Amino acid sequence: MSAPLLSVDDVVVDFKTRAGNARVLDHVSLEVASGEILGIVGESGCGKSMTALSIMGLVPSPPGKVTSGSIRLEGRELVGLSEAELCEVRGRDIGMIFQEPMSSLNPVFTVGEQIAESVRLHENASPKAAMARAVEMLRAVEIPEADLRAKAYPHQLSGGMRQRVMIAIALACRPRVLIADEPTTALDATVQAQIFDLLQDLQSETGTAIILITHDMGAIAELADRVAVMYAGRVVEKGTVDTVLSDPQHPYTKGLITCVPHLEPEPPLVRAPLPEIPGVVPALTELGMGCAFAPRCGNRIAQCGEAKPPLEATVGPHLTACWVAGP
Amino acid sequence: MTKPTEMIAPPEAILAEPPIKATHPLREMAVMFFRNYTAVFGLVLLIAILLFTFVGPLVYQTDPFEMVWAPFTRPGQDGYLFGTDYLGRDILSAMMAGGQVSMAIGLAAAVISIVIGVTVGAFAGYYGGWVEEVLMRFTEFFQVLPTLLFSMVIVALFGASLLTVTFAIGVVSWTAVARVTRSEFLRIRELEYVTAARSGSAKDAYLIFRVILPNALPPIIVQANLMVGSAILFEAALSFLGLSDPNVMSWGQVIGSNRPYILDSGFAVAIPGFAIFLTVLAISLIGDGLNDALNPKLRQR
Amino acid sequence: MNTRNSALVVEDLKVHFGGGRGLFTTKPTVHAVDGVSFSVPAGATFGIVGESGSGKTTTALAIMRLVPVTAGRVTLGNTVISELDKEDLRAARRQFQIVFQDPYSSLDPRKRAGEIVREPLDLMQIGTRAERDAKVADLFEQVGLRPEQRALFPHQFSGGQRQRLGLARALSTEPDLIVCDEPVSALDVAIQAQILNLMARLQRDLGLTYLFISHDLGVVQHICDEIAVMYLGQIVEQADRVTLFTNPQHPYTKALLAAVPMVHGNKRDRRNRIRLKGDPPSPVNLPKGCRFASRCPMAEPRCHQEVPELREIGAGHKGACLLI
Repeated sequence: MSAPLLSVDDVVVDFKTRAGNARVLDHVSLEVASGEILGIVGESGCGKSMTALSIMGLVPSPPGKVTSGSIRLEGRELVGLSEAELCEVRGRDIGMIFQEPMSSLNPVFTVGEQIAESVRLHENASPKAAMARAVEMLRAVEIPEADLRAKAYPHQLSGGMRQRVMIAIALACRPRVLIADEPTTALDATVQAQIFDLLQDLQSETGTAIILITHDMGAIAELADRVAVMYAGRVVEKGTVDTVLSDPQHPYTKGLITCVPHLEPEPPLVRAPLPEIPGVVPALTELGMGCAFAPRCGNRIAQCGEAKPPLEATVGPHLTACWVAGP
Repeated sequence: MTKPTEMIAPPEAILAEPPIKATHPLREMAVMFFRNYTAVFGLVLLIAILLFTFVGPLVYQTDPFEMVWAPFTRPGQDGYLFGTDYLGRDILSAMMAGGQVSMAIGLAAAVISIVIGVTVGAFAGYYGGWVEEVLMRFTEFFQVLPTLLFSMVIVALFGASLLTVTFAIGVVSWTAVARVTRSEFLRIRELEYVTAARSGSAKDAYLIFRVILPNALPPIIVQANLMVGSAILFEAALSFLGLSDPNVMSWGQVIGSNRPYILDSGFAVAIPGFAIFLTVLAISLIGDGLNDALNPKLRQR
Repeated sequence: MNTRNSALVVEDLKVHFGGGRGLFTTKPTVHAVDGVSFSVPAGATFGIVGESGSGKTTTALAIMRLVPVTAGRVTLGNTVISELDKEDLRAARRQFQIVFQDPYSSLDPRKRAGEIVREPLDLMQIGTRAERDAKVADLFEQVGLRPEQRALFPHQFSGGQRQRLGLARALSTEPDLIVCDEPVSALDVAIQAQILNLMARLQRDLGLTYLFISHDLGVVQHICDEIAVMYLGQIVEQADRVTLFTNPQHPYTKALLAAVPMVHGNKRDRRNRIRLKGDPPSPVNLPKGCRFASRCPMAEPRCHQEVPELREIGAGHKGACLLI
């Protein structure tokens, strides 16, 4: 693999809560290369969104804090940058799109103005040039009649259109990395497919690296090149999508893949009950010494309750954090 | 070592049972409230004022209407803690007796405005349509009337007794409660638990009073609390204008009757003024604390 | 229509919103549900899939008589639900109950879990107090909660447990029909399986009939026996689960199936599948011909003129398209 464009190295994020210290990210390491799509998958509370926020320097502080670790963009350290420097990085080098496009857009400005604003913030463009760029971006995200739509307000657009506008804003300054946090969760299936196509087209044209955060293994299979599975603040499995999906090693990954009823082209005539992962995600303040998944795991052995398993190579370059899995 | 996927544990293996400890939402609110120092300060202040006005007279038994000493006695002089007024009446006992009345009027007027406001707001918000149109136009009618003028008219028409003063204050100040109640009802009525109760064949009265109203209470409680403060101020204003019952001592009354002599004996006006200020401050601090404690968004962490 | 052994029969159901005159404005009419007919055999699960705005949730609420029915007939067993007056409806409600999508907003935060499950029994005065208490304790065990948890408040439960409470509440009156409006789509992926398995077990044990509303084709394929696909207030295709997924006929069904990301299978194929452009037209200004024509990749000129009827296109397979 070529040198990573963005690398997250051994990052720890702690939150102080009334119930005690919550380790939201526990020694998380990830890397994404130019032109690559990295998927991060897990249930709510597993730390996938917090990973995105820590890359953007947006960990809410207090109560949160990046306790240790480093995040590098093309070799430049992002942890510890001043707010002004981070502002430079956000938008210009790293763009982000969110789950709910309506609440991320300002209702009192037209979408054209909002895209132009982001252009002017990071590049010394004249208002006219910025607006021209905004229309061009709307065209790039395949919005029909872009010059007319630029004059529309967010509430005049459909959910899918708004998400396209968000993508246009995020890409307006041609960032090196685009972080998409559940970009299609609020959208219908047919619109989700359009957005996926768009992301892939844009990526192959610009070579932007994409970090796709989702709970949907289907989306990962469809879009990502590599995937990291997170559970309770830790990366439990990491590898190429093909190997992780076809040969998952960690019991949690297996569970995520099998416990969701996936659409089958040939549905089986007899329906068996779905395999379940019993219980719920533990509270981050109540994690013990051992593997956080152990209480829900059917394969657990004594060792699982005693120490956290390291993320190690199991099959080829495919990493798994499990005492039981492995060669 | 690896096992196939069906090894994922069977459902009986549910672990991590939550503790069976039912903390009532009200208890959580209380905990939240008592964490807020300014609110606790307000509560302590209010309790002190209540003790002063209601327990004080048992210890310090002087008739507030009796002329006990020379007029315009300075506070502290001749054993009169707050001095005497222009008629030589003891201001300390007037403060105690007047506080009782001010507080009773404040409370009663707030109750009246809550009853009217919640009823109007609840029906408008629950039924919507023409019921809402009519009730809200009715509310707006009361809203645009100049409140002081309107209450003066009521007092002038029905005579200056405690009852009419209380009623007048209640009648002019319920509109804010109605608005708050209606907006809460509009919001909550669309929530799924209300639909769930409907599909459990609940009647309208059950939905209004047992399902929606309990959930709409937090902002209403805050509003009610502030209403007590503003009713006390309102009563003071009416007394100051000489429109309250002259036979009943109240803080506003003390200010109003000593007003002509403000240059000679400023303290006779300043003391009840300060008492009103402290009371309203205490109530506002409590209201603020309640607002924070009842607002679930702030309760997250 | 064959109504023998059918628990639920829906005939030409229409729900139109608005159209009335406000004090100052005339509101446009929204054709949320526009002529929907289907029947569900007792003990079966009937699925309705569609995207937002398809009218699937409104159909569910109309069957529950939780939104006003504009026209049509809904029959459950021998009861014509759509024609009951207020008091009869209250009494009849014990036969049909609903489970909601959002496990957070569907439970009253100021009531204890036990009270929430008991509420329908109290409201309908079913059984004595002691019987109701025993019933609630039973229900808690049936849905996989502990009876001691009756004293807890909703915020003390996780999303999955809350949905179990919603199920227990729906089961309390021993209904024949349970309408499930996206019961798992707000839950975490690992929890969905727990709830779906629970629902399947309850159906087997209690002989329940489910009307299952969802946008998730994977879930629908797993749990439903027969499925209707809705688009803009109408059913465009209806078939049993095997037929619908192996032999979809309507272009919208095909597009919907193609849009679902597959976990197994080659991601490079997806370029060759049908992709829809744009968004559904608004249910206020409906197009003249086929409602799907504006987005249909196969539309012909006549599709914009003629309205396709839902007709038999195979054994137990119906479709509404001029081109099949």
